Amino acid sequence: MTQPALTPLVELLLGPAAAEIGCDACFDELDRYVDLQLEGTDADTAIPGMRAHLEGCPACREEHESLRALVGEPS
Amino acid sequence: MRPSTVHVLVGADPPTTPPSGDSPAAQELDPASREWLSSLRDEGPARDDATARLHALLLRGARFEVGRRQASLPHLRGAELDDIALEAADDALMSVLSRLDDFRGLSRFTTWAYKFALYEAAVKLRRRAWQEREVPMEQDAWDLVSSVSPEPDQEVEQAELLAAIGRAIARTLSPHQRRVLIALAVNGVPIDVLAERLDTTRGALYKTLHDARRKLRRQLVTDGYPLGSQLEAPQ
Repeated sequence: MTQPALTPLVELLLGPAAAEIGCDACFDELDRYVDLQLEGTDADTAIPGMRAHLEGCPACREEHESLRALVGEPS
Repeated sequence: MRPSTVHVLVGADPPTTPPSGDSPAAQELDPASREWLSSLRDEGPARDDATARLHALLLRGARFEVGRRQASLPHLRGAELDDIALEAADDALMSVLSRLDDFRGLSRFTTWAYKFALYEAAVKLRRRAWQEREVPMEQDAWDLVSSVSPEPDQEVEQAELLAAIGRAIARTLSPHQRRVLIALAVNGVPIDVLAERLDTTRGALYKTLHDARRKLRRQLVTDGYPLGSQLEAPQ
């Protein structure tokens, strides 16, 4: 097994310091969050706890990155 | 298919939830979203046509996700990957059609629908990647974190902090919290894979992970570690 670098490991172990929503709430809000981001609106103020959750949850972070990339690309 | 969702707020200061009573009727839907909803709720050929268009949209989303993850799955051939994308699109179609009343009109309909396709594809690919792999959960946390080599410019402070985390893991976490933390945060087991092996949900596992992290943070503060700005979540 490859060990992650020290600081990322500490971050993974301790998670985000800020209050966060859970995975289910993240899924519920993900589409709104991405559309707000792409509109240039302050999505983090509109949906408190989302950014902290995306910091702490790799799976939700990946899905956010995918949705943002997919919706943001030319159709 | 993704189970029905429940809002779970975790953290010391739960954020304010957005209004939950918003419905499409209360929102000003964009014309395209209104057309999707209207067609999918129609009867007869219009609905069949809309369902076919929706499936094509979801398949595009699922293939997009497969494409992003393809490099991490070198053992899968193109046909297998496309089968996964098709299965994900089929499952996402079921989810979307059964949840039309849940669409609140707070995003575009297509963005809302795409997230189901991406979710289904991502979960299937994570599980496929770990299909025949053992999920490591029983490693001794103390040995594990102590074995990490610090970066030269962080050596003393970071090594001390990591050692303190190792002690806090051993002292303050329940056996279940320890197993989940080590599997997810240290061994990099995807949360969907661990949820499947433990017969639970992503949300329940993340709650366990979150509670474990909060315990560690509290213990470190008690032990005199102020948790500097490097540990704060970006705002």
